[in-house]
Amino acid sequence: MNELVFFINNVIVAGSVTGSIYAIGAVGVTLVFSIMRFAHFAHADMMTFGAFMVLLLTLAFPGAGAFLGLPTAVVMLPLAMVLTAGLAVGIDKVFYKPLRAHGVKPIVMVIASLGVTLMLQGLIRVFAGTSGENLYVDDRKEIFRLALPFESVRAPIVVTEPQIILFVLTIICIVGLHLFLSRSRLGKAMRAMSDNPDLARASGINNNLIVAVTWVIVGGLAAIAGTLLSLDVTFKPDLSFFLLLPIFAAAIVGGVGHPYGAIAGGFLVGFAETLAVFNWGVLLRPFRDSLPEWLANAGNLAFVGSEYKIVVPFFILVAILVWRPTGIFKGKVI
Amino acid sequence: MPLLEARDVYGGYGGMNILNGVNMTLEADEIGVIVGPNGAGKSTMLKAIFGLLIVTQGEILLRGEPIHNLAPHRLVHQGMGFVPQEHNVFPSLTVKENLQMGAFLKPGNVKRMLKQIYDFFPPLYDKRHQPAGELSGGQRQMVAMGRALMAEPSVLLLDEPTAGLSPLFMNEIFAQVKQVNAAGVGILMVEQNAKQALAIADKGFVLAAGQNRFTDTGAALLADPEVARSFLGG
Repeated sequence: MNELVFFINNVIVAGSVTGSIYAIGAVGVTLVFSIMRFAHFAHADMMTFGAFMVLLLTLAFPGAGAFLGLPTAVVMLPLAMVLTAGLAVGIDKVFYKPLRAHGVKPIVMVIASLGVTLMLQGLIRVFAGTSGENLYVDDRKEIFRLALPFESVRAPIVVTEPQIILFVLTIICIVGLHLFLSRSRLGKAMRAMSDNPDLARASGINNNLIVAVTWVIVGGLAAIAGTLLSLDVTFKPDLSFFLLLPIFAAAIVGGVGHPYGAIAGGFLVGFAETLAVFNWGVLLRPFRDSLPEWLANAGNLAFVGSEYKIVVPFFILVAILVWRPTGIFKGKVI
Repeated sequence: MPLLEARDVYGGYGGMNILNGVNMTLEADEIGVIVGPNGAGKSTMLKAIFGLLIVTQGEILLRGEPIHNLAPHRLVHQGMGFVPQEHNVFPSLTVKENLQMGAFLKPGNVKRMLKQIYDFFPPLYDKRHQPAGELSGGQRQMVAMGRALMAEPSVLLLDEPTAGLSPLFMNEIFAQVKQVNAAGVGILMVEQNAKQALAIADKGFVLAAGQNRFTDTGAALLADPEVARSFLGG
């Protein structure tokens, strides 16, 4: 039973944490693709920017959280979302819109977004320095230990307060996004434009308005994803840049341009990563006596060492591109 | 004052003119049909009216107001609806959502117009929660027309509404076009099935090489031996 708790802590909890962050990140990437048809490489650094805004705001108003009984970073999140949405709309106006107006090929937009990502990274580094900062300025991370009601189980299930916040915010994001896309007039117009931009225009839907709405949502989601990530670990200027690959893998696995697919893809990649570095030997321990000796004495039975975690999304990406390029939900091909 | 008027319209894509001086007049309660051989500029003329290509010379008037080179979403606002020949539904949206998108600029109308569209096209009511991409060609055409009608246009432009449909569905679509017209919507449509289309047309425009060749009532064009010989296949 202790082994099961170990599994829950190291795979179920950790996988859900990683999966949630990937899912929210991938939704942003997929929304940009569905409306503007290009792979937006600056998304990860938009996430970092959002987290950085939260950091600045928590440093400016460190007491705000205690006032409301929530971590300060969470209280500051809505404001950071607004600021990041503003940044996203601004970046579109300055860098992407002129290119769109010229009718450039999608690859030009991709390269432009690479430029934007380097610029954002540099800017954040100028102001934030290169060291890590703790976004959690409140007393201490509260840790919840759920002991199971069995005599033989000594280890509790461990969940930290930021992780609970992360789960709650992820659920709110997913439900909110679903309601927006399926119920609201603008959300339906976004799906319509993703389906058929010319017909959307012929229906009186102003494409520029939809593009702006998309950037507002993408910016807001980026701020949430970045903040969740830096609450779980710490804030660093290159915090999310290394997440770019798994996030794109998640978006492609789910089917590019398909928001629900991106959520599924995010959790799939997140769990695949945690399962790949999980030491399966732990689960075999109770059966030690009945196992052949070579198996019982094997030290670490993880598929890959944790330092090679990053190859897992690579592998998934390659496999999907080879065997099912449209992804699980039949999205578009990048 | 005519509902829609085109005066000596020139236009095309990328500097090459396809339209070389087209004239058209449509009254408020009329069905106008544009026929002619391939490459005559029939669909191009509809697109020029709907602001999808640049009109280089001449003018297009809607109730006396010049509208050429206005953006399509402005034209929808002014009471014009357009149903393209292909890709004329949002495939992943449900039938109901497709129709709602038609009234995007008039959200207050949605409830009343939905009811009216379902009355016009009863099969759509049963399929309202199904993605439009899963419908048959004929039903899809109904969704496309329904979507354009949701904005309560005073004139509806239809680009080959019966293309690729079986004769049974074709007659149904023609019947529905007449029904929509009877409800007070002016219709201007491009048709390959020239005989059937001219039979329901108040006005017919025979185009060739981007110019009017014959312009008359539908019945008169059908009866004209020269039109019959050159354009209606004998």
